Amino acid sequence: MIEYEFPGLLNYWIVFLLMMIGLYIVIGHENLIKKIVGLNVFQVSVFVFYISMAKIKGGTAPILADGIEVYSNPLPHVLILTAIVVGVATTALGLALVVRVQESFGTIEDDEVREQEEQDG
Amino acid sequence: MSFIAEHISVLVVIVPLMAAPLCVIVRHGAVSWGWATLVCLANFGLSILLMQQVLANGTIVYDLGGWEGPWGIVYHIDEVGALVVLIVSAIAAIVMPYAKESIEREIPKERHYLAYCMMLLCIAGLIGMAVTGDAFNLFVFLEVSSLATYVLIALGNDRRALTAALRYLILGTVGATFYVIGLGMIYMMTGSLNMTDLASLLPAVQNTGTVHVALAFIVVGFGLKLALFPLHVWLPNAYTFAPSAVTAFLAATATKVAVYALIRLIFTVFGDIDPLETYGVRAAVMVLAIAGMFAGSLIAIYQSNVKRLLAYSSVAQVGYMILGISIGNAPAMAGGIIHMFNHALMKGALFMALGCVFYVIGSVKLEDMAGLGKRMPLTAAAIVAGGFSLIGVPLTVGFISKFYLVEGALAAGMWPVALLIMLSSLLAVIYVWRVVEVMYFRSPAIGCETRTEAPMSLLVPTYILLGAAFWFGIDATFTGDVAMSAAQTLLGGSK
Repeated sequence: MIEYEFPGLLNYWIVFLLMMIGLYIVIGHENLIKKIVGLNVFQVSVFVFYISMAKIKGGTAPILADGIEVYSNPLPHVLILTAIVVGVATTALGLALVVRVQESFGTIEDDEVREQEEQDG
Repeated sequence: MSFIAEHISVLVVIVPLMAAPLCVIVRHGAVSWGWATLVCLANFGLSILLMQQVLANGTIVYDLGGWEGPWGIVYHIDEVGALVVLIVSAIAAIVMPYAKESIEREIPKERHYLAYCMMLLCIAGLIGMAVTGDAFNLFVFLEVSSLATYVLIALGNDRRALTAALRYLILGTVGATFYVIGLGMIYMMTGSLNMTDLASLLPAVQNTGTVHVALAFIVVGFGLKLALFPLHVWLPNAYTFAPSAVTAFLAATATKVAVYALIRLIFTVFGDIDPLETYGVRAAVMVLAIAGMFAGSLIAIYQSNVKRLLAYSSVAQVGYMILGISIGNAPAMAGGIIHMFNHALMKGALFMALGCVFYVIGSVKLEDMAGLGKRMPLTAAAIVAGGFSLIGVPLTVGFISKFYLVEGALAAGMWPVALLIMLSSLLAVIYVWRVVEVMYFRSPAIGCETRTEAPMSLLVPTYILLGAAFWFGIDATFTGDVAMSAAQTLLGGSK
């Protein structure tokens, strides 16, 4: 018999929701900035996933001290620090590209950009 | 010298990585180019030394900062890894001298130094992916190379290069994030990120849903990066609108490194489980590979832009590599690995020849290439020779890979697969013939009958690569031996 108590798997449900919302925005929206932001939401869900899995109930920071026996694993947090940096770089580059798209196509709606691309031959 | 020999595994990554910012500091196109070329040549030398070390002493395991795995990050270089490093650095060393004139023609002057900086970063990322023995480190290098690639593609002078880069950025990031999700699940189950360590920890949890889902995320994630059909949609536009030198470099290296990373994950990390067999997905992967071979070639036949034609042909060629992996015996696996090397040579040479065409006539559209055999005889001959290799004519590298693949398919008793390999080669005949026909049997448009060949700085690197494509087609003992012994090691882990 497993006892579910708050927050239980709530974190993972949030991860799941954020992931689907992010992916939906990437696929479903025509606005390029919204696509990039959706991508960001998608990535953030993975960050939450890593951070959640490292947390142990009652665990403290991994510091050597008397009387502390349960530690949270710091490694996933560190990994996500790296992933956040990657995410920031990706978002920055994506948005910079959107700016250039706006300059050369005069729009950031993907369907309108596509129409113009077809005219380019 | 002993310092270099001891730290060579990390030097091949660090040298281009540290060299890249210098290009931004000097902010001068020609100086950056000279510097980048020098670095690429040095790195090529290092990777030859690395290959020699691996061949002499077997797999190298290098502990970064002296921290042993699984606690520290290790670099793990086996024969295929060394071969992939050699491919990337050799192509870089050939493309860099070529890049100067080509990039001067295609990119505005104030952005030249950025192109060389990004090339170096891309090289560092790709080599890092090949040498690392840490699964999360693989993600970091994947993103280093990908981010550099997006910038390189966006440097193309057509405005569609921007959207191509943006779409690749979106799909590439989704792919990389999928990989991280899969990796997170594996980490949850095993508590390790070291590839060798994972290989010994995973069998204990192989029947959990988490590991199944993790593997699916990882394979789909890398499927996006290596342009496995039907996840290839980013590739044609990215290759078509990127600057010629960039296309030559990327087409020859990027997808191959991703294929190698997938091989490592399937056959080393998941090796003891033998996921293709255990989870019954061998047929599915094989169907995707064959579908890619045919779809890529068929679409290539109908293209009017030769760069895009070759890009679709790349989708087909990736199919051959994945097919070799999925058949699952040593000759087929060796065929897949050898094809990574061989395809790098021939596709690199072909895209470089197209760069020559673009340099002179300013277009790579099929109709503009009419009569090219008369106007640019050397370039046209290079395209024909590269095309032969794509088809798999004997004495070319393409023949060697297909020979191994067919041998593997027959040894596994899959003669329909062997037949399909032959059939798809016939499709290659059609798309190569279309280009040949336009170049040699149509007269040039009025007003451009004069003979104008591309400059030597473009032609010489093209012909060096093309020469290599024939050299390793005639004498395949080096590539064959490395690929065969590597295939046996990889498959040995799964038996």
